[in-house]
Amino acid sequence: MPRFSAQFGRRVVLGIPTTWLIVLFLIPFIIVFKISFSEVRLAMPPYAPLFEWADGKPVAVRLNLSNYSFLFTDALYVSSYLYSLKVAAVSTLFCLLLGYPMAYAIARSQPTTRNLLLMLIVLPFWTSFLLRVYAWIGLLKSNGVINNVLMAMGIIHEPLTMLQTDFAVYIGIVYSYLPFMILPLYSNLEKHDATLLEAAADLGARPVTAFLRVTLPQSVPGIIAGSLLVFIPAVGEYVIPSLLGRTDQLMIGRVLSDEFFANRDWPVASAVAIFMLGLLVIPIMLFQHFEKRTLEAHK
Amino acid sequence: MSKQTNGQSKGAPYVRIENVTRKFGDFVAVNDVSLEVQRGEIFCLLGGSGSGKTTLLRMLAGFETPTSGRIYIDGQDMSGIAPYDRPVNMMFQSYALFPHMTVEKNVAFGLEQERLTRDEVRRRVGEILDIVKMGQFLARKPHQLSGGQRQRVALARALVKRPKLLLLDEPLAALDRKLREHTQFELINIQEQLGVTFIVVTHDQEEAMTLSSRMGVMNQGQIVQVGTPTDIYEFPATRFVADFIGSVNMFEGKLVEDEPDYVRIRCEDFGGTVYVNHGISSAPGATVWVAVRPEKINIARHPPAPPAGVHQPGAGQGENVVRGTVKEIAYMGDMSIYLVQTESGKTVRVTMPNVARHTEDRITWDETVYVSWHAESPVVLTR
Amino acid sequence: MKSHGLFSRVALVFGLVFLYVPILSMVVFSFNNSRLVTVWDSAHSPTLRWYQALISNEQILGAAWLSIKIAMIAASGAVVLGTLSGVALARFGAFRGRALLAGMTTAPLVMPEVITGLSLLLLFVALEQTIGWPKGGGAVTITLAHITFCMAYVTVVVQSRLVGFDESLEEAAMDLGARPVKVFFRITLPLIVPALVSGWLLAFTLSWDDLVISQFVAGPGSSTLPMVIFSKVRLGVSPDVNALATIMVMVVAAGITASSVWMRFQARRRERDMQLAAAANL
Repeated sequence: MPRFSAQFGRRVVLGIPTTWLIVLFLIPFIIVFKISFSEVRLAMPPYAPLFEWADGKPVAVRLNLSNYSFLFTDALYVSSYLYSLKVAAVSTLFCLLLGYPMAYAIARSQPTTRNLLLMLIVLPFWTSFLLRVYAWIGLLKSNGVINNVLMAMGIIHEPLTMLQTDFAVYIGIVYSYLPFMILPLYSNLEKHDATLLEAAADLGARPVTAFLRVTLPQSVPGIIAGSLLVFIPAVGEYVIPSLLGRTDQLMIGRVLSDEFFANRDWPVASAVAIFMLGLLVIPIMLFQHFEKRTLEAHK
Repeated sequence: MSKQTNGQSKGAPYVRIENVTRKFGDFVAVNDVSLEVQRGEIFCLLGGSGSGKTTLLRMLAGFETPTSGRIYIDGQDMSGIAPYDRPVNMMFQSYALFPHMTVEKNVAFGLEQERLTRDEVRRRVGEILDIVKMGQFLARKPHQLSGGQRQRVALARALVKRPKLLLLDEPLAALDRKLREHTQFELINIQEQLGVTFIVVTHDQEEAMTLSSRMGVMNQGQIVQVGTPTDIYEFPATRFVADFIGSVNMFEGKLVEDEPDYVRIRCEDFGGTVYVNHGISSAPGATVWVAVRPEKINIARHPPAPPAGVHQPGAGQGENVVRGTVKEIAYMGDMSIYLVQTESGKTVRVTMPNVARHTEDRITWDETVYVSWHAESPVVLTR
Repeated sequence: MKSHGLFSRVALVFGLVFLYVPILSMVVFSFNNSRLVTVWDSAHSPTLRWYQALISNEQILGAAWLSIKIAMIAASGAVVLGTLSGVALARFGAFRGRALLAGMTTAPLVMPEVITGLSLLLLFVALEQTIGWPKGGGAVTITLAHITFCMAYVTVVVQSRLVGFDESLEEAAMDLGARPVKVFFRITLPLIVPALVSGWLLAFTLSWDDLVISQFVAGPGSSTLPMVIFSKVRLGVSPDVNALATIMVMVVAAGITASSVWMRFQARRRERDMQLAAAANL
């Protein structure tokens, strides 16, 4: 009897979240996948059904691949995908270049200061993401804070155009995702054995060498985790490019949203989404692999 | 050693482990172990890490399931019975006290499963805590207790349900030396007072020898020998057991005479002959090992007189005695350990109590000495 | 070693400045009388007029209230579901469908929100077609969507807390006769409460702050606060938004300071207790 209830309890614990996620996470993707093959229609919903029904049995399947071929032929999509990947990659790199030394400094600080520093890093994350991106508008625009200060100091005589540029998007992404880069890096660096560096110094290695040969290799899992946590969502970013980004070259998140809301072309929007997913599947699986490894290492 | 020796059996054994094996993939942690424990015994499983003793204990508790074999407690087959349904309680190595509960609540936790009134629970909790002398700490939380105090609470918690069997996982490992000795005797007293059957798992020989009425030595998933501490120490069954418990001098040799009431073994190891005054079962010419404990060996400047009571032809000088040079001396206060190197290069370890206070005449380094032992001291081992 | 430490410390200072300058500038300019926001009107500043405007702005207040309600329900739902899946992944060993559950709970962590939002909207549309519900979206669809993506974060928090949890406590409880359910509620749960609290707060913040997914699945008539803010700021800076931002920053800063003070206090008390116990050394 105890066996039975234990099994039943297990099924309930497992079943509830699994069912929820299947209904609200998995099935939606299948629907997106399905719709990406249909034709657009001036109706509600604005797409043609995939199957033709007659007497309750599917008679014909209308598989429309034109949505996908559209992605490859239309310059807008190709350039948006490539642009998104480029922006995400560059931003991730900058984020890493700034985040790594920060994480390093925190990991090497005294335990009391460390908690304070971590708190300071995490605090902005708890305030609104949207508002913090918005804050950069105020800083970067023509009569914004940075330009005003620079002009007042006489360094420049004409305001710099910083809004609606690639530069603004990089800043926006680095700014918003910095904690996601720092925390995994910190958690990795914090576990390093400081005596290894002492041993290296004892054997004659200068600080830079010791860093490159001892610390850096050990921190690779943290680098990968942090980079994926930044890169993957950055590819599909919508808010940052909308508020800070260029109007002549869109990132793919904007394109998807426009196709959906402005053009009401749900099939194409779905195709855009599926293709984006396809591009990101490998990084996502890499991320999940590393998540699992870190969790197991904790045991 | 605990007083309940002679394993007085009330008929069937209380705990019966029958051909139990536990595999983790290809790795065999417990290999076809069979064991019987009598009621009211303190039984110790002694072994190094990886010997399988902890896995065996966890199978008794119900946290691991045997890959094959059965476990019976008081005649009841424990297959398929979950830990919470077994009449067994365990004292964990880390004590596992619930940090968010007071001492009282910790101990009472096990009783809550049994339908007792509040008063009854309180009474029994008070009773057991008095036995372990923790009665005045009811309201403390675990982090407010010292290591020794936590151990007693863990013991009380496991005993309050009056289990048929109490399992103890390295109970004294976390205590410092003085506390350990004191607690060893306390544990025995409590066990005698309550009459609970104990099975203790430990890697510490001293612990095992002190606590147990009987013990089992485990190695690589198997039980190598079971017996009272005296049995195991004085009559080890294998070289492994002889070497594992205490220290021992092991001489390899060939059986040259094999009679019902004596044997003679020629040991090239130390260049001499060993005469043992009891028979063993083996073939003549076989390779055997002679184990002699350091405390059974005498060290002197002159060879001893021919051993008394030996009337066998051929017996005489040169047997059970070796000449060598003192290479190392470790002075331990109550005794001294001598390492003597024989002419054949073998090192013999001898311990002698320091009976005399004055040191002038003591044997010292580089002296030539004769180490000897009585004919009944060696143990002959065939495996 | 010294010069090396210096470089990283400089980077740390620069990084902290980088993180806080935008926030501070928003706070400062919320007191600026000028409509141009970033041009300081020294004659009439500092002023509280934008705060007053904020209080009387029905649209913003209504949206804020809706966001709070949704966030509270979503956070609670996410904690329940996230705890269940965290427990399953941490304690159930290998089971059929484990890879599926693990994948579904880590994917939302990195999935671009436009994809999640699109897929959920299409689901709701399909549902409406087949069973007639939900009608045109609304707060319900937003809440369901938020629970779904927030539970992933809670799962990670709970799972990593449970993995580091001392299993011998749970074993001891079972050994003493408690069934698994009782073990969970009497032993495990009380000891992971801090993780659950931080999971709830995390989910609350994510829900409260979400724009993209809300935009996709919201129906007419339900505007969350981020949606209102976004439509305002697309057109440029707006001083009442600065005031709103300042209020939020203050609330968060107060909350975090209070909680870390509380934790320091707790830690110090524990240490004192342990020292007393060791000193008594019975």
